[in-house]
Amino acid sequence: MQIQQLSIFVENKSGRLAEITEILGTAGVDIRAISVADTSDFGILRLIVDKPKEAVEALRAANLTVSLTSVIAVGIDDKPGEFAKAMRVLADGEIGVEYMYAFISRDKGKAYVILRVLESDKAVECLKASGISLLDAEEIYGM
Amino acid sequence: MQGNYFQPEIECASREVMHYIQSKRLRRLVERCYQNVPVYRKRMDEMGVLPGDIKEIEDVRKLPFTTKTDLRDNYPFGLFAVPKAQLARIHASSGTTGKQTVVGYTKADIDAWATGAARSIVMVGGTKEDFVHVSYGYGLFTGGLGLHYGAEKLGATAIPVSSGNTKRQVQILQDYGSDILCCTPSYAMYIGETVRDMGIDPTTLPVRAGIFGAEPWTEQMRKEIERLLAIRAFDIYGLSEIAGPGVACECQLQNGLHINEDMFYPEIIDPDTGETLPDGVYGELVFTCIGKEALPLMRYRTRDICSLDHTPCECGRTLVRMSKPRGRTDDMLIIRGINVFPSQIESVLLELGMDPNYQLVVDRINNLDTLEVQIEMTEGMFSDTVRNLESIEHRIANALQSTLNIVARIRLLEPKSIPRSEGKAKRVIDKRKV
Repeated sequence: MQIQQLSIFVENKSGRLAEITEILGTAGVDIRAISVADTSDFGILRLIVDKPKEAVEALRAANLTVSLTSVIAVGIDDKPGEFAKAMRVLADGEIGVEYMYAFISRDKGKAYVILRVLESDKAVECLKASGISLLDAEEIYGM
Repeated sequence: MQGNYFQPEIECASREVMHYIQSKRLRRLVERCYQNVPVYRKRMDEMGVLPGDIKEIEDVRKLPFTTKTDLRDNYPFGLFAVPKAQLARIHASSGTTGKQTVVGYTKADIDAWATGAARSIVMVGGTKEDFVHVSYGYGLFTGGLGLHYGAEKLGATAIPVSSGNTKRQVQILQDYGSDILCCTPSYAMYIGETVRDMGIDPTTLPVRAGIFGAEPWTEQMRKEIERLLAIRAFDIYGLSEIAGPGVACECQLQNGLHINEDMFYPEIIDPDTGETLPDGVYGELVFTCIGKEALPLMRYRTRDICSLDHTPCECGRTLVRMSKPRGRTDDMLIIRGINVFPSQIESVLLELGMDPNYQLVVDRINNLDTLEVQIEMTEGMFSDTVRNLESIEHRIANALQSTLNIVARIRLLEPKSIPRSEGKAKRVIDKRKV
């Protein structure tokens, strides 16, 4: 249930995001989900892509600092209160969330949330036990 | 410890023999300067010192100092002690800190310098059989030709690659099988990175030792170069005003640089008072070129900060050792009244396991000095959370504050965004207009 997320170190310079995503485009890598965390000097670009291995190779070849992190993807019904249910499960399990970002699926009525938690395995267990659907790597990459 | 020496009779001479050689040469130098260099004659007259007052090497303290400004004021040939016809070669400083300074050598000077460089190559374990790969720049800069002549003097094989075209450097290291690499330490790092980038395992390269100099570098940087290139890295010292590389060099023990003191007599002085300082105390290194004909400088102030050690070395050499230069009086930064050498900041960074590619940007904002330390982000220190990266910044800032008492802003940069150097690395950008 662990999905590989790419984290890329990006200096705050205009045009940098364009350059980096162009590298991925040239490498034929499709982006599934994207988020940026930023400070005044630098940002961390986080990506879920269809071909993580190829993406890392292409980015490293372009002298970028890249790391792979395990995250989980939760699928929820696009209805009021549904996301809160998932959060409640984690809160009750005392699992801290480092960061998250969401995207809406092509399937009508579904939304997905990428979660980075400290205890990934425990989170998967708790969410599954509460009947919350999780996506595996193949589902996300193949979307 | 038994070792190989190029000239054991000098390198392992007793202090008495060395004292005799130095005193004799100093007397000759003073005589020549007084006769042939009007600037020195005038200064000695002003100080009431006559050549006859100089009997032993210790009398060097009675002589006037020479500074870089003197060389500039007498540009280009005003301090030369021989007629132009006797000059065999001209070199010049890079001129990075102002107008360039010109130096000249007679045939005997070139030979003495080559001897110093040959002794240095042997000190690091070089032999006649070796290929000496010279990646210092050839030209007015003394680095390239200095080691080149040293290698030939030794009877080894010089490969005059010069600097630049780094992939070709690696190709030559691999294909020709260079045994000893000579360049600036920052270029050695760059070559080492290129070896890795080209997918070559450095342990498969025959090169076993490196002779690196022309800029100050730290112990940690030595370890990094030794790891990257799978060699032993040795520090060589020289400056064009005195000769070039080969004024001093480390031996196998890497515990200070042996000065070729039969040619270049060293003193350590307090840079403020000019007072001579004892062994072990850091101060400005001063050289008197007792073995030179064309440009026999008296008490030349190098602006390099180091200390001396006259105790015999385990390698068998009795040549006095200078510590690795800690920095230069003229690249010392004064930030809000605190004196800092870039090399001290480098030590802190490397101790924290940071990348040795860094740059210091000094500025003055609202009448306050600011220091920004720029470091390249490596995969080893990177992580996906802002919190972790900020804690790296705090760790560096705290270490600089606690060890050097300076407040710095840390800025993390993308890899390879600080320009790599094929010669001397540019570590400091001072934007202050004062």
